[in-house]
Amino acid sequence: MSLIHKTAAELGALVASGEVSAVEVAQAHLDRIDAVEPKVNAFLHVDAETTLAQARRVDERRAAGEDLGPLAGVPIAHKDVFTTTDMPTTAGSKILEGWRPPYDATVTSRLREAGLVILGKTNLDEFAMGSSTENSAYGVTRNPWDLSRIPGGSSGGSSAAVAAYQAPLSTGTDTGGSIRQPAAVTGIVGMKPTYGGSSRYGLIAFASSLDTPGPFARNVLDAALLHEAFSGHDVMDSTSIDAPVPSVVEAARQGDVAGLRVGVVKEFDGEGYQPGVLARFHETVELLESLGAKVIEVSCPSFTTALPAYYLIAPSECSSNLARFDAMRYGLRVGDDGTRSAEEVMALTRAAGFGPEVKRRIILGTYALSSGYYDAYYGQAQKVRTLIARDFEAAFGQVDVLVSPTTPTTAFPIGERADDPMAMYLADLCTIPTNLAGNAAISVPCGLADEDGLPVGLQIMAPVLADDRCYRVGAAVERALNDRWGGSLLSRAPEL
Amino acid sequence: MSAITRDEVAHLARLSRLALSDEELDHFAAQLDVIIGAVARVAEVAADDIPPTSHALPLANVYRPDEARPGLTPERALSGAPAVEDDRFRVPRILGEEA
Repeated sequence: MSLIHKTAAELGALVASGEVSAVEVAQAHLDRIDAVEPKVNAFLHVDAETTLAQARRVDERRAAGEDLGPLAGVPIAHKDVFTTTDMPTTAGSKILEGWRPPYDATVTSRLREAGLVILGKTNLDEFAMGSSTENSAYGVTRNPWDLSRIPGGSSGGSSAAVAAYQAPLSTGTDTGGSIRQPAAVTGIVGMKPTYGGSSRYGLIAFASSLDTPGPFARNVLDAALLHEAFSGHDVMDSTSIDAPVPSVVEAARQGDVAGLRVGVVKEFDGEGYQPGVLARFHETVELLESLGAKVIEVSCPSFTTALPAYYLIAPSECSSNLARFDAMRYGLRVGDDGTRSAEEVMALTRAAGFGPEVKRRIILGTYALSSGYYDAYYGQAQKVRTLIARDFEAAFGQVDVLVSPTTPTTAFPIGERADDPMAMYLADLCTIPTNLAGNAAISVPCGLADEDGLPVGLQIMAPVLADDRCYRVGAAVERALNDRWGGSLLSRAPEL
Repeated sequence: MSAITRDEVAHLARLSRLALSDEELDHFAAQLDVIIGAVARVAEVAADDIPPTSHALPLANVYRPDEARPGLTPERALSGAPAVEDDRFRVPRILGEEA
């Protein structure tokens, strides 16, 4: 089997044993990127020299007898919303075109410490605002299953890179579903850790009370290994949880659901859901039952108002966070001809540097926070947030995990929802409650929809700091389905 | 009745320091009207006695030790600046009147 088809765990073991060098592994993936990138467009920046230099350092450390971690020498694609000192960081926006950050994000530093080899920076919806990666200022990324369709978003470059075998692993960020939804529609695994379980330091902020870094991989164990590599307490992020990282790798290796109580969220079913998505979802619930889980239907009535609450809270936080792009200290500056005031230069720069979705959300957030509307919109949305957390609490009193489809539909065609914001927002219907409550959730592949032959994701939600349960259930589902299919779902994707 | 008018969008754009074109104002006003109509559903939830949640974690006043540690050098801090003069960020005039 070629190097690009191996798992991250296998590649790490090959490098550790010296059977293959990190440079050979990196070169194989750079060659794959060369071959398929014209079709997929997953990356905003690839720099073979920087990548190979990182790989050489891993080989030198090994030669010097250093004890390397399980992912040393494994290539990774890094979402272009994390700062990197040796590569440009744009957040998919013209306002940061060509910017070289003066410091590394904590996630970036931890990837480096673990010996992961960064292949490049991946495309995303501008400032991670979107569900299709069409909002990038640098062009669309295409779904490797069907190049006319979206790869999900906002972490669509990261999902496409892993699904296209350009990298075995990638990073993402999940504010309303931006890891789980792209994972679901590209047939891979994507995990949103507990909020505060992974550091936001050096992650360009969209909605600070929701943004959560997490891993993408082609299998559950690889996702757990990456989760463990970059998670954990960080003094540079005051919202980082000072507690041990849940034992996610051990849980992914066990993958046992016997006796586990699984709740099916009643509200995430019926109208608005694609029949093929529901068919695969219900089959997977039956599978869990056959594996020894106890399945119970659970009602979380407030989940139906999660989407409107989110589209008040997230834009409100974004309108405040994006005030930092003021054309003064870094990034684009437009119209500074010596006659204009700082305020005029700011307004011209922001109008030229931000794309339509970012502008829409800044205006919506400014509206929701303005006096006279604050109580009715932002204030009320915060109360709904409390109700959602209470629904989770009540549900987790009865069951160990909750399950639902990850997305209401499979990947939609590029352009279909581009100028219909509300239709676009519906892609995150099932993923948003978890962001509002701050708990953990994963998406794992659960089959192909009959109508279009495209991947469907199963979402598994667990309580705060019970991230290990997501991996335990995800691994059990993955093993049983791979046995049934005679291989992974992704192995059925068309050749690129 | 529409939830938001074009004039309101223009006002919000000024508050947000966004110099939007007339076409953008028209386009956004129509779209925001639909979005606000949809998100206004939060008002239908009976939540008078429910406390608000601004954050998923019950954290307050997280401090790190008050110890001196290396920061960015002036050169690094200014490395991405659009304009620099004498180790400082050079900015357009900030006062309303010419000095």
